[in-house]
Amino acid sequence: MTPRMPWSARLGLALTLLFALLALVGPWIAPYDEARVVGEVWEPFSRAHPLGTDHLGRDMLSRMLYGARRTIGIALAATCLSFVLGTTLGYLAATLGGWVDAVLSRVVDTLMSIPTLIFALVVLAVLPPSVTVLILVMAVLDSTRVFRLARAVAMDVVVLEFVEAARLRGEGLGWIVLREIGPNTLPPLLAEFGMRFCFAILFLSSLSFLGLGIQPPAADWGGMVRDNANAIAFGLPVPLVPAAAIALLTVAVNLVVDWQLRRATAGRGA
Amino acid sequence: MSLLLEIRDLHVEALGEDGRWHEIVGGVSVTLERSRVLGLIGESGAGKSTLGLAALGYARRGVRLARGSIRLDGEELLGAPYERLREIRGRRVTYVAQSAAAAFNPAFRIEDQCIEAAVAHGLMDEAEARAEARRLFAKLRLPDPETFGRRYPHQVSGGQLQRAMTVMALVPRPDLVVFDEPTTALDVTTQIEVLAAIKTAIEGEDLAAIYITHDLALVVQIAHRILVLKDGRAVEEGETSEILERPRQPYTRALVHLRRRFRPERPRPAEPPLLEVRGVEAAYGAVRVLEDVDLALWRGRTVAVVGESGSGKTTLARVVTGLLPPRRGEVRLDGRPLQPSYRRRSRDDLRRIQLVYQMPDVALNPRQTVEEIVGRPLTFYFDVRGTARRRRVEELLDAVELPASFADRYPAELSGGQKQRVAIARALAAEPEVMICDEVTSALDVQVADAVLALLLELQARTGIAYLYITHDLATVKAIADEIVVMLRGRVVESGPKSEVLAPPHHPYTELLLSSVPEMETGWLDRILRRRGHRAAPVAGNAPAEAGRMP
Repeated sequence: MTPRMPWSARLGLALTLLFALLALVGPWIAPYDEARVVGEVWEPFSRAHPLGTDHLGRDMLSRMLYGARRTIGIALAATCLSFVLGTTLGYLAATLGGWVDAVLSRVVDTLMSIPTLIFALVVLAVLPPSVTVLILVMAVLDSTRVFRLARAVAMDVVVLEFVEAARLRGEGLGWIVLREIGPNTLPPLLAEFGMRFCFAILFLSSLSFLGLGIQPPAADWGGMVRDNANAIAFGLPVPLVPAAAIALLTVAVNLVVDWQLRRATAGRGA
Repeated sequence: MSLLLEIRDLHVEALGEDGRWHEIVGGVSVTLERSRVLGLIGESGAGKSTLGLAALGYARRGVRLARGSIRLDGEELLGAPYERLREIRGRRVTYVAQSAAAAFNPAFRIEDQCIEAAVAHGLMDEAEARAEARRLFAKLRLPDPETFGRRYPHQVSGGQLQRAMTVMALVPRPDLVVFDEPTTALDVTTQIEVLAAIKTAIEGEDLAAIYITHDLALVVQIAHRILVLKDGRAVEEGETSEILERPRQPYTRALVHLRRRFRPERPRPAEPPLLEVRGVEAAYGAVRVLEDVDLALWRGRTVAVVGESGSGKTTLARVVTGLLPPRRGEVRLDGRPLQPSYRRRSRDDLRRIQLVYQMPDVALNPRQTVEEIVGRPLTFYFDVRGTARRRRVEELLDAVELPASFADRYPAELSGGQKQRVAIARALAAEPEVMICDEVTSALDVQVADAVLALLLELQARTGIAYLYITHDLATVKAIADEIVVMLRGRVVESGPKSEVLAPPHHPYTELLLSSVPEMETGWLDRILRRRGHRAAPVAGNAPAEAGRMP
């Protein structure tokens, strides 16, 4: 780590770590079970229910804590998987070119031509609802975007002379992708990761709302916003709690990513 | 003679990445009288352009004119109100930029752009300005001066566009013109034409000029006085002849003595050639770029491939390395034909031919340290690892005259010349028999380039490596080649030992190339112009350079 870390990065890192910690220990420190009805509908903040209760009278704090693990875990897993898939294929397409590139690109174009949400709906309706399936579907759909970006940035690097020099040396595909192209395409991909992670959280909540994501009564933040959306009409702050959590997490992750991005680009000069 | 421009003790500062102002020009003074030309010379980063722009009272973004005084005809420009500067710029002081291609708006006709300043300033009405522009088109020997201006910038050659830009600067009849490296982006043969055009343009017009360049041999053809800049300071100033004959500062002396390097050619060894190119024809898609090219390179010798941009020099290198498999013909190494594509060549064949690129900035992976860059061929070809590898890397760095501590640096922490040395070290690490040098010095400053050339010669003497040296610069060729191959439009027009190719009788194209290398003496340009095209005024202003390209 660099000795001087900007305050924005410190803040982002602290918040990200806090969220990670809550995701880890959440279920153990939650005062109630996430599914138990413990009070009236939409009770205000009180000592017994620090964040009030939801539209069925369940404790909001407990549901937030349970939801943290699910929301962050699934979104993170799906994003990581989509990046592994997308960048690997994108680099391969850019490096090998020719028919490999043509086939991969057309497959991705086909996938992207179908609206993501509808595609997910169809697939999830057919497949048995489980967290694994959910992660896989999200990852595959998202990897098309990552593929396009990875391929585009790698294309710019592949034509540079140091890559040509490596080819002329006789280097294999692995070295060229991992050592020559990979490190030089990291910054834009890193920035994309922060954004894709946030999109994944939102996508997950859309799916949950449609009944294809997290299955009730299990809690996730996106679903909680939806469940309690009507409370806004009565001037109640309940849906703002999970919404704020999503926003805060998004900002925190992006602060960290921005800092990494600056570090990654600093060594390259003007 | 009346004083036109007087810059006194000028300090210019640039905003650094750390948010502070750093001095880039420190206390330079310049005086310039009417009808005189001042040459500003120095390496990149010496502050030449900054100083040239300061004559317009202008500083680039992120740069400020901090202290001192800039007087034009007695009027102070430093700190003058913006409105006043606008009246002066484009009317009394004009500017000719390095890249005309980037300076012209591609969407407007040339003449419309040339008269814009004069009309906008209300100096002439449109008809007068057009007449003036056409007069200057003719004077600068542009073809069909009456209609030339109706063309768009992309419809004329680079040399013509650069001359058109000079017209643009001259139409408002300024008192002072700043030429900022106006010929640097051009081919050698075109460069001379543009320089000659600028010289004639200045002569009859009663104006003063500042001519900025990094090439001393060019500036002595045109300037009365020369100011040598180094690291933002004036190191020497004097009359041109004085600077040439009696340079006082070590830096100036080094500049003057550049280009005088010459190595006598060595005879061909009595053995079969190491590398042979036979009847090669190559194409990019439908475009044929090489036709029936032959070339032979002996162990420990240097063959220079010379030609202008577009002559197929670099394509030849791509064929030899296997990046572009030829349509016809073959490349032989040690009498054995090589696979046309590098993909099918053995690791050892790849090792024996190494390529050093023109632009060291993109030839080194910015995310690897020098140790990784230079060490990789060691691991890859010879399986040298760990401390043994580190030791070898340090030896190689020493061979290219870099300190061992550079092993831990990243390319971004090196200068252009240092990067090129690292690239050479990487090639050496493979212990090749043939090194292809593709314009390896053309992206470097003259002095740095000269040092790299000296290094290449020294390495050859020590390791017996053979060079295939690709360049457009005949001065370099004289310095290092044993044999010369002259290329024009994908064909070899002349080849043989250096003494034969450089001695008359020449192929007309070799003659043109040879006579385009500026020599370090004042009367050279006039002499060469008298000898060449100017003996008969070219028909419809067709410049000899363009005429010379016709086969």
